[in-house]
Parts: sequence; C-alpha cells; structure tokens
Amino acid sequence: MDELMTLKGIGMTFKKSGGFLGKERRIEVLKDIDLTINRGEIIAVVGESGCGKTTLGKIITGLYRPTSGEVFFEGNQVSGLFSKKINSYNSVQFVQQDSYAALNPVRTIYQSLYAPIKARNKKWTRSKIDERIDELMTLIGLQPASQFLTKYPHQLSGGQRQRILMARAVSLDPKLIVADEPVSMIDVSLRLSLLNLMSELNEKLNVSFVYITHDLSTARYIARNGKMCVMYLGEIVEFGKVDEILKTPKHPYTQALIQAVPIPDPDYDTGKELPLKSMELASLENRGEGCPFEARCLYATERCREKVDYVEVNGVKVKCCNLKKEEDEKID
Amino acid sequence: MENVIEIRNVTIDYKLKRYDIRAITDVSLDIKRGKITALVGESGSGKTTLSSAILQCISTPGEVTAGSIKFFGKDGSETDVCACNNHQINKFRWEKVSMVFQAAQSALNPVMTVFEQFEETVREHRMGWDKKRIEERTKEVLEDVKLDADRVMKAYPHELSGGMKQRVMIAFALIFEPELIILDEPTTALDVITQDYIFKILQRINREKGISMLLMTHDIGVVAKFADYVGVMYAGRLMEYGDIRTVFKQRRHPYTAGLIGSTPSLIGSLDDMKPIEGNPPDLRDLPKGCVFSPRCPYRTDKCTEKEPEDYIKDGCLLKCTRYGE
Repeated sequence: MDELMTLKGIGMTFKKSGGFLGKERRIEVLKDIDLTINRGEIIAVVGESGCGKTTLGKIITGLYRPTSGEVFFEGNQVSGLFSKKINSYNSVQFVQQDSYAALNPVRTIYQSLYAPIKARNKKWTRSKIDERIDELMTLIGLQPASQFLTKYPHQLSGGQRQRILMARAVSLDPKLIVADEPVSMIDVSLRLSLLNLMSELNEKLNVSFVYITHDLSTARYIARNGKMCVMYLGEIVEFGKVDEILKTPKHPYTQALIQAVPIPDPDYDTGKELPLKSMELASLENRGEGCPFEARCLYATERCREKVDYVEVNGVKVKCCNLKKEEDEKID
Repeated sequence: MENVIEIRNVTIDYKLKRYDIRAITDVSLDIKRGKITALVGESGSGKTTLSSAILQCISTPGEVTAGSIKFFGKDGSETDVCACNNHQINKFRWEKVSMVFQAAQSALNPVMTVFEQFEETVREHRMGWDKKRIEERTKEVLEDVKLDADRVMKAYPHELSGGMKQRVMIAFALIFEPELIILDEPTTALDVITQDYIFKILQRINREKGISMLLMTHDIGVVAKFADYVGVMYAGRLMEYGDIRTVFKQRRHPYTAGLIGSTPSLIGSLDDMKPIEGNPPDLRDLPKGCVFSPRCPYRTDKCTEKEPEDYIKDGCLLKCTRYGE
C-alpha cells in the first residue's frame, strides 16, 4: 500500500498565560507522534478525553500547525505551508462532532453544499454544480434530493445533518477525511447506518478515514479491516491492526480500556476490577521523560521513569517498558 | 416482590401555545425494591420526563394529565406523588427519592465549596443538625463514593475532574439514605474507564445499602452490564419491560431487537449487524397505529390500524400486536 500521509515526530505545546506576574505555563498536548496513513485505509484513533486525539485530527487537517515535527502529504511537506498554499490544500477534509454547529443555520442545505464546490471550481456553471450536488445526495442516500436541499439545518434530524456534512466533505474529492466523533451526538438507532455510509464512501471512492472516538465498539465496527491507534496523554501507546489489538492488547492501558467497555449481553459480566492503580488522569503539565501511564500502571517499575521506545509485537507497535525489557532479554 | 414505585397509566402533556405535545402516553411501570431498573430509549423518547414525574419536577409547561404515581416506603407508608402539596413534596424529594442529574458539570454551584453545598442542602431538610454532624455525614457519603473526603470537601467544583464531580453528585443523592435514586444519564460525557468505575460504585451502594435505582440511559452495553430490569421506551411509550435476561436474550419486541442488533460490540460477529431503518418519529405528527410501525420489519395491516395494548408474556410487558393472541 502506498503512503498518503506521514507524521514525523509531531509535538504540540499550548502556552497558557499565568496571569499577572504569574509564570507562563506550558501544556504539552502531543509528544513525539509518528503515524503513517496509507491510501484507502481506515484508522481509528481512540483514547480518553484529554488524550490529544482531537488535536491530532486538527494537525492532520492542517487546522493547527504543530510546534515540532513535520507532516508529509504524498511526499510533500505541508506543515510549514503559509496561508495561500494552505487554501489549496483540500485533499484532507474534516467532519465535526456537532453537526448542528457545523452548518450555517441561516443557509439552506443547497447553499451549504454549493459554496465549497464553487469556491474550488470557479469556472463551473451553475448547472454543473447542481449536477454534482445531485450526485452527492445520491451517494449519501438522502433521496429525493430536492426534498432536502431547500431545507435549513434545524429541519433535519441529527443523522441527516451528519450525512450532509459527509457530502460536503466528499464534494471536494478529498483523499483523506478526518471524522471527529461523528456519531456520538446522534441517536443510537441511526449510528450504524452512518458508520455503514462511511465504510461505503471508503470503498467506493477509496478515501482514507481517520475516525476519532472514545467508543471502542464503533471503532471496531468501522475499522474492522483497518488499524487502531490507542492514545494516552498525548502519546501513541499502541498502534496496529484492529483485530490484533482487540484480541490481545499488549499495553496495560489498552487492556484496561478494553475491559471497561460494556458488552451488550447480560451474561457477559466479568465483574473484575479494572487493572489500574488509580482512576485519575495525570496532569499534562510538567511531565517527565518517562512513560505517561506510569502513575496508573500496575506493572510500573523504576525503569518506567526513563524514556521509552516502541517495540513491535506481532506487527503491533507498543510503547511499554516491560515489553521492551522482555524483548531485550530475548535478544541477550 | 415489593415495589418502591408504581406508575399506573400515566400520561404527560406539554401544553404549548399552538399545540400540545404528549411526551408520555399511558405508561405503567413497577420499580422493584432493591434492584437496578434501567430505562433505555433514544433522545425524545420520554425517559427524562417520566423520571422527573416521580419527583414531581417536570419542567413547565408539562404536567401529568392522567394516571397515578405511588411510592411505597420501607415503613409501609404510601405516598401518592401526584396528590402531594408543596410542603409534602419537599419532604418527599431527596429524603425518599433523590436524583443524580445528567450534567454534573453544571449541577454544582461554581462559587461554593463542595462542603458548603452539602451544608446548604442538609440545613434545608434537617434543622437540628449542627455543623459537626453535617461534616461527619458528608465525610461518610464522600467516602462511600471513594473520594478523598478531606480534599474534596474544601474544593470548588472547577478543581475536580468530570468523574469526581459526578461522584460528588452521587454522594449528594445519598446524604439522607433515600429509598430510590434516579440516575439520569450519569456517565454521558465521561470516558469508559470512569464510567465503569462509577457504575461499580453504584452497584456496590445498591447491594450494600439496598437502595433501589432507576437508571436512564441510551447505552445498551451499560444496561446489559449493570441493570436487573429494563424498560424500553419509544416515542413516549413503554414498548417492553421485563427482567434483563429475558428482554436481551429473547429480543421479542422488534424495536428492542433492532436496538440491540444495531449496537456494535467488542465481541461477536460484525456481519449480522443491521441498522433500524427510518428516523425516530416527530411527537407532533405520530404515525397511525403502532408508533414503531413505519420502521418495523414485521409490520402487518393490523399494526397500522390500531395501537397495540400492553400484553403480558412470562412476566414481561410487550406492546406489540405480534404478542396479542
């Protein structure tokens, strides 16, 4: 498979003013992120709130410029682009969580879909754009199109609005779509059909997807043939094929995360306590070099305070010192 | 088994200027003592309206227009919630039935410490308690929810994480040892690890103190893991109600089957998952007959003619014509 986007050593630090005479505080939201997205691939990014998954999504789409590291898109560096060039960078699109806030409330659906197409293809005639919009509406399964195009966002249901956002993202022929929690605000009975739509778009148009979520079950559903990237406090702790990670999670954090997901079967209750030392997330401020998970890890040792490297187990990249130790012992 | 709450044929209307909206239509439900009962349903299905009716705090202009809600105390007392006057209902709320609200972030007062808020609540209900006694009790309940009481009591809400705030809310609900706690989506906006932790705490409180719980949620997984009984709501109606195993294993009602069948899980095959067709109905313009009929794969002519009654099959309630005979 060929590489579409490569992130190399991405770091993101937000500065927070300490107030009058206060010391400026630096919050390191992302640290040393390496990630490769292949053409036509679905990658699910999972993690708790505050782990930096949305920030990562915004860096991929070019909404944030990382404070360190480089982003390559089809071999070209894009992280350093300035305003003019970044405007033509629409091979990556973003689909937001809140579909109501993402659509202009005083514009009809037609207007919302028309604007980006016109802005990109200035020479297109109205009838050509209309044709394109019709095509998009068929693609996302809102039929008959005329019934939806004249409506305003508030007249549509959450699921329908989310479909419109998908259509708008697809309208510029992107190669990659970043979807940030696209189903968390829509009704349970409509979630599955939206996930199916995303899989369909992925197959038909060969668009890559980065699906950002905290819900492992939907991540498994959408990325069943793809990859999963587990994040913890701004670092990728485990990255590899979804099946492999869910079947045999290697990182202690992934193990706890998977065990915490409730299974919709009343006979499945394990009743076990989660393999965690504490429930609270550590602070992002003043973090050391060591493993971010050390404070909550049951298996933490002295070694974990030092810098950790990735090890590869069965094709899955894991950042954990205990696994690293085992690996080293094997080599010795 | 004994019931804590008996809801009989309750109908709740929101009377608006131009039209009325019937949020709850003819719902009857028993909440069993000492058990965790869950109500699942999508947004707009009436879960929150029904639960706030138990505390008589439906937001205006909603009101119970038919039916009755009765509460049975441990001491054998019986309270007709809908017939209570203001004074009576104030005694009833929090001392007999308390509630944990959905958005813990906004349920706490941002300019008061946690202890000051406990003090305020206790003084409203227990005139005789002195500060020391309130402090002791606050410590007790905060420890029940596994919080570091000394630190949390002095903290302002913004100093606590989302999961801690939600646990403070649960501690609040426990303060007078009520007989029933209503939990309205207690873990939305929290991540899975915190969610699991909070539900384990709730489960322990339920087992150890025998406090009954009514849990409102849309998360099928949570219900399967933690509830003993489950009611499935759709468009203001109770479509199915029964013990968790029968409802989840037999999947008799088409809506229940659809909901469970469209919830992705970490185990099992992904290929036989099927979404429910169509959209949830608009309460102002409900379909004729069964409200679920436009989306139902087993629809017959009978379904669109008349709304099905509540049928009882092996102790479970089913609102579906398929179980009529």
